[in-house]
Amino acid sequence: MMSVMKFFRLMVAPVTAVAFMLVAWQIAVMMSGVSAYLLPSPWAIAQTMWASSDRLIGGAIQTAMAATIGFVVASVIGILGGSMIAAIPFLRRSLYPLATILQMVPLVAVAPLLVIWLGFGLPTAIAAAAVVAVFPVLAATIDGQVSVDPGLRELFLLHGASGWTRWRKLDLPASIPAIVTGLRIAAGLAVIGAIVGEFVSGYGGNAPLGIVIMTAMREARTDLVFAAIALSAVVGFSLFGAVSCLGWFLVHRWHASSVNSLEQSK
Amino acid sequence: MIRDLPSLEFQSVSRIFSGGARALNDVSFSIPAGGLTAVIGPSGCGKTTLLRMAAGLDRATTGSVKFIGQDGNVHSRASENLSVCFQDARLLPWRNVTDNVALPLELAGVSRDERSARAKQVIEAAGLSSAQARLPAQLSGGMRMRVALARTLVTSPDVLLLDEPCSAVDEFTRIQLDEEIRRVWQVSGATTMLITHSVSEAVWLADQIVVMSMGSIHEIRKVALPRNARDRASSAFLLEVETVMRSLARAAGVLVA
Repeated sequence: MMSVMKFFRLMVAPVTAVAFMLVAWQIAVMMSGVSAYLLPSPWAIAQTMWASSDRLIGGAIQTAMAATIGFVVASVIGILGGSMIAAIPFLRRSLYPLATILQMVPLVAVAPLLVIWLGFGLPTAIAAAAVVAVFPVLAATIDGQVSVDPGLRELFLLHGASGWTRWRKLDLPASIPAIVTGLRIAAGLAVIGAIVGEFVSGYGGNAPLGIVIMTAMREARTDLVFAAIALSAVVGFSLFGAVSCLGWFLVHRWHASSVNSLEQSK
Repeated sequence: MIRDLPSLEFQSVSRIFSGGARALNDVSFSIPAGGLTAVIGPSGCGKTTLLRMAAGLDRATTGSVKFIGQDGNVHSRASENLSVCFQDARLLPWRNVTDNVALPLELAGVSRDERSARAKQVIEAAGLSSAQARLPAQLSGGMRMRVALARTLVTSPDVLLLDEPCSAVDEFTRIQLDEEIRRVWQVSGATTMLITHSVSEAVWLADQIVVMSMGSIHEIRKVALPRNARDRASSAFLLEVETVMRSLARAAGVLVA
């Protein structure tokens, strides 16, 4: 009962802020008389969402699938790669700077390459999501694992633990809070990556949100563009929420971040 | 099985760090098998470096640290059943008390049932049964140190190295922890080296006190008081504390005798 109350208390501020923004937007559109082509009202967008719900939900499912698979691939590569880079100083010196430089290459520039390699369709959207999401997980994993308390490492050394044992029982659990932070950032980026991938690798059937946005733009359906953007935000927020819940479940009992955020919310 | 408790011998140990700083200079002393020796001295005098060498976490630049069995044979550090309690408790924050105490057994490959049983045993003996399911964040500083001390006991060590286990606690908790250290030493029967800043703690717990200053030994003295006569409020105890205090002050260059 207490946790339900706490949940509602936590939700009051963000829900109020969103409601305030929507009301202000609606009033601004009505008062200014701006054309619906330039800026449709929230009410008009909501009506479009209702009218095109089949198309939008189908697209959202496609995009969510690409983003989620890309995110999982990025998470596995990021955590395993980051752990190896953290454990081997030579890799840290050689691969980490390379990874940092590569993540600065804009995804829109890389996406056409993915189409050349993987063709049109879902694989390219998944790859684009994975490419853009992998670096935050990799960087967070490395950061988390090189920051493990040296005193605890000494304890494991003293008891003759192997590198593998130390990774399983110390490095990985100790770096979970940092990894979760990286995963949260990656969750949002994976949706962006999937949509960019869909822009360049559009395919038929159930068109994903990236294609819905491009098609609606060409048809001058600004309301549909906004509706698709809203749906993509829902997809991103769902993935982010799922990762946040998983992170909370893993660390809330022992890590200061969870303890402090609860204290602040009181 | 009869235990072959080793003595711990520091033979002409010097340690020069890579920057050229000399942490230890020709240090020699011996801790008899089953004895408890306290090493005291001002901060930076090399006490912890000595302990780290005995633990195998640091190496002497010259000289040697040896574990010598009762048959006179030198044991290797790897073969020694050794436990260390550090200044900070070094508990894994995501593990409860039982799992933290059982960690050394887990790393040694002891089965889950056996390690649970042995952890439970030392937790009960330490009076921590009511806290066994708690996480370190839910314990006070003193309780965390008691868990760390219990962890040192779980492997039934032959050599016990205690690096200022009471340095981060208040005076009241320190007295309680001193009792716990004495119990741990008596239960384990281990050859024990205690690093401390507290003269009264050293006098209360040790058979032998090594007073250090600037990387060298200033004085080695046997504690004259029998253990059963060590009442912290007695005049004999206070006199012994004062004597060691004077030695420490001379080592620090504060008092010229």
